[in-house]
Amino acid sequence: MEILRYAIYRFGTMLLTLWVVSVLVFVIINLPPGDYLSNQIAELRASGQTAGVEKAEFLRREYALDKPLWQQYSIWIGFMPGPHGFSGLIQGNFGWSFEFDRPVAEIVGDSLWLTVLVNLAAVLFVYLVALPLGVLAAARSRTWVDYTSAFVGYLGLATPNFLLALILFYYGHRWFGLPIGGLMDPIYEGEPMSWEKVKSILIHLIVPTFVIGTSGASAMMQRLRANMLDELGKPYVETAIAKGMAPSRMLAKYPLRVAFNPFVADIGNLLPSMVSGSVLVSVVLGLQTIGPDLLQALKSQDMFLSAFILMFVALLTLIGTMISDVLLVLLDPRIRYEGRDA
Amino acid sequence: MTPLLSVEGLSIGFGRDEPVVRDVSFDVAPGGTLALVGESGSGKTITCRAALRILPRAAQIRSGKITLNGGKAPLELLSLSERQMRNVRGNRIAMIFQEPMRSLSPLHRIGNQVSEVLWLHGRKSEAEARKEVLECFERVGFPEPERTYHSYPFELSGGMRQRAMIAMAMVAKPDLLIADEPTTALDVTTQAQVLGLMKELQRDTGMAMILVTHDLGVVANMAEDVVVMHKGRVMEAGPAAPILSDPAHAYTRALIEAAPKIPAASHNAPPQAKEDLILELKSVSKTYTLRAGKGWAPPTYIHACRGVDFKLPRGKTLAIVGESGSGKTTAARIALGAEPPDPGGEVLFRPTPEGETVKVHQMDRAARTAFQREAQMVFQDPYSSLSPRMRILDTMVEPLEIHGIGTAAERRDKAAKMLQTVGLGPEMLQRYPHAFSGGQRQRLSIARALMLDPALIVCDEPTSALDVSVQEQILRLLEKIQEHQGLSYLFISHDLAVVARIADEVAVMRRGLIVEQAPPETLFHNPQHPYTKALIAAQPEPDIDRPINLDLVAQGAGAPDSWPEHFRFTGAEAPPLVMLEPGHKVRCYV
Repeated sequence: MEILRYAIYRFGTMLLTLWVVSVLVFVIINLPPGDYLSNQIAELRASGQTAGVEKAEFLRREYALDKPLWQQYSIWIGFMPGPHGFSGLIQGNFGWSFEFDRPVAEIVGDSLWLTVLVNLAAVLFVYLVALPLGVLAAARSRTWVDYTSAFVGYLGLATPNFLLALILFYYGHRWFGLPIGGLMDPIYEGEPMSWEKVKSILIHLIVPTFVIGTSGASAMMQRLRANMLDELGKPYVETAIAKGMAPSRMLAKYPLRVAFNPFVADIGNLLPSMVSGSVLVSVVLGLQTIGPDLLQALKSQDMFLSAFILMFVALLTLIGTMISDVLLVLLDPRIRYEGRDA
Repeated sequence: MTPLLSVEGLSIGFGRDEPVVRDVSFDVAPGGTLALVGESGSGKTITCRAALRILPRAAQIRSGKITLNGGKAPLELLSLSERQMRNVRGNRIAMIFQEPMRSLSPLHRIGNQVSEVLWLHGRKSEAEARKEVLECFERVGFPEPERTYHSYPFELSGGMRQRAMIAMAMVAKPDLLIADEPTTALDVTTQAQVLGLMKELQRDTGMAMILVTHDLGVVANMAEDVVVMHKGRVMEAGPAAPILSDPAHAYTRALIEAAPKIPAASHNAPPQAKEDLILELKSVSKTYTLRAGKGWAPPTYIHACRGVDFKLPRGKTLAIVGESGSGKTTAARIALGAEPPDPGGEVLFRPTPEGETVKVHQMDRAARTAFQREAQMVFQDPYSSLSPRMRILDTMVEPLEIHGIGTAAERRDKAAKMLQTVGLGPEMLQRYPHAFSGGQRQRLSIARALMLDPALIVCDEPTSALDVSVQEQILRLLEKIQEHQGLSYLFISHDLAVVARIADEVAVMRRGLIVEQAPPETLFHNPQHPYTKALIAAQPEPDIDRPINLDLVAQGAGAPDSWPEHFRFTGAEAPPLVMLEPGHKVRCYV
């Protein structure tokens, strides 16, 4: 019950934060002088194409870019009726991309879910690799197990992602026949979901997951190892041994539980750093995630597109931190009971 | 009779170094209590851990034999397989550790951690184990076993956690209990109660016990046999009574002499003339507000100090005594201006007899800086109060740099001089703190406090982290400095015996209130308040004929609403502090 109330409270603060983020995103995007349309109008005027100017002027009115900033913001979010009534993010209208001359929803549509998919796969990879290796490295600290995993881990940290991507593509293709680039076979692009398409996506996911996840996994592994080593020196570990517990069971029940906290708390950080960190990788690997779109949109001041993508990343971050906060409360009674009379 | 456990010729060492335990032998009789006594570094802890084979990874057992009898066949503990050893741990031999705060996992319920012993040794189903654990909780004195079963360690006080540890050790009914400084981290009244409980349990179950301690007072109360260790060797061994009353070895004698005692003299000291006060607290209270977890619940108020009045005459020592949570440290922090008192309270400070009186909490910047030069502090933990990344020289001259006193050479000379004052050599200035022992570090803390030539030093439990013989040296040093430099001390402690030696006046605090205040001679020989009586009774003395009187302890150390009627207080209402005789104040209704 307590936990449910906390989750609801946490959800409330998340919405509030999201609102603050939306203000910041909008303001920052509008900080550089001019916008996509006024740049375009100036360019068209200079080259004397009046027809284009008219269309641009029309779009300016259509998207209320002639209004003061706060009104633009309110219309964008959907707090205020625009030229066509209430039609903002809240109402499910993500806006118009001037650069691509298509609705934002259409542009990001597929890549949104592919982004989530790639990054979830990478996060899962991070956890699945880091957990056993970190624990093992701590339990067998200062032995060859520890040194080998540290060496491989540092290698993973130090190798630039795009280089790793190229190497993996080359050898993956040569030895295992893995596909190069993309997130699915081109024939499935734009096709409805089918079993074949899922299979194609999964095969294409292998290399990107590895590339995006490696550095995160090695960092996480080192952190878990350090945490575990700290915990292993604590008296309660000795108490457990003095009870007659077997070492493996003791490790899992006591120090790992405590060392797990930072591990869980990292979920929130992991998501955004992977989304933004994977932009370059996506470009190199030709993944259809929103990373390349974001890059392009920011370069050309395509405000609605970039604002939407930034909001989306913020949402991922906030959801990540919310999940880790709620999990922490479930995991650690000291947090759960804070403020209650002991 | 065959001994339950016999250790023969045990030697333990680290790497290629000299062994830290050399040729140690002793026997523990079934149902008997053996005390392993020594200072830190004497090898007593490592010796007793060898019996359970829970040594640091780098430690090697070089030679020796540990035999556990009493089962079907005698077991050679040092040659058992790891799997067989697990069956001994917790089952035949159980252990209690020093720090109850950290010896229980913070994330698991107490019931789970205790029942685990029974699950591990495969004797009980979950329901049976639970029943047995609840019985055990009741036995060790938890008022609500059911609730304790579902509690987390951080919901219990230190004494209660140590009871939980005892329950964990006892629940499988082991033949031998190894208790490694089980009460060192506890308040003196809690210590008395925990020791009493251990003794009672031992009588009921007939188990044997190895008690590792540095406190000869505890030994006198608990043990039948004593093994005195020093630098890894056994100095003296035998029955407790003759060793304590007539030690044969010089080291044992030195240990007994260093143990602080409440003085035997019994005359009332004349009340002091109190004109020249250096520090005065006037009706100082401090209330902390605990914000409630939920926004709409009313906040909780904690009254850390309530109407504390005291006067510290120049060149004298005032001691504040009380258990943790009694408000003694808060009072000291307020006296130093580190925290403001609640409105209405006042702290007056007069740096020199001729100087004018300053109000500590209404100073401007310049006055505050001047005040900081006059009042310094020595902290409890010498291990964490010196920065490990600064050379001693830098640590020492830092106060002078902050106050912009002297040139670099002058500061250096002063630091060297101060080191000599506290009995260290000037050649140590270039070293880092890790190169010093606990006692040396505390000397360094004192030297640092002296660098600014203060008039007042607040000592917050300066000896409680130290061995008895080192404690003795530090106390002597503090006395010497006071004599030479006319310093005044505000001395915070939970240890009455330490206070008895150094203080000119003692204020006993409990729940934020001063309950009794008098010169030590009066206080120790004519204590009036039940809590003072409990503190004195709980002090373990290295004298086998003066065991702890647990009834007195239980009566006084209980909640204030269980005290006799004219001392009792509940909630905000408390009896006034009454002057019973000149210089002797007690909080009671007359």
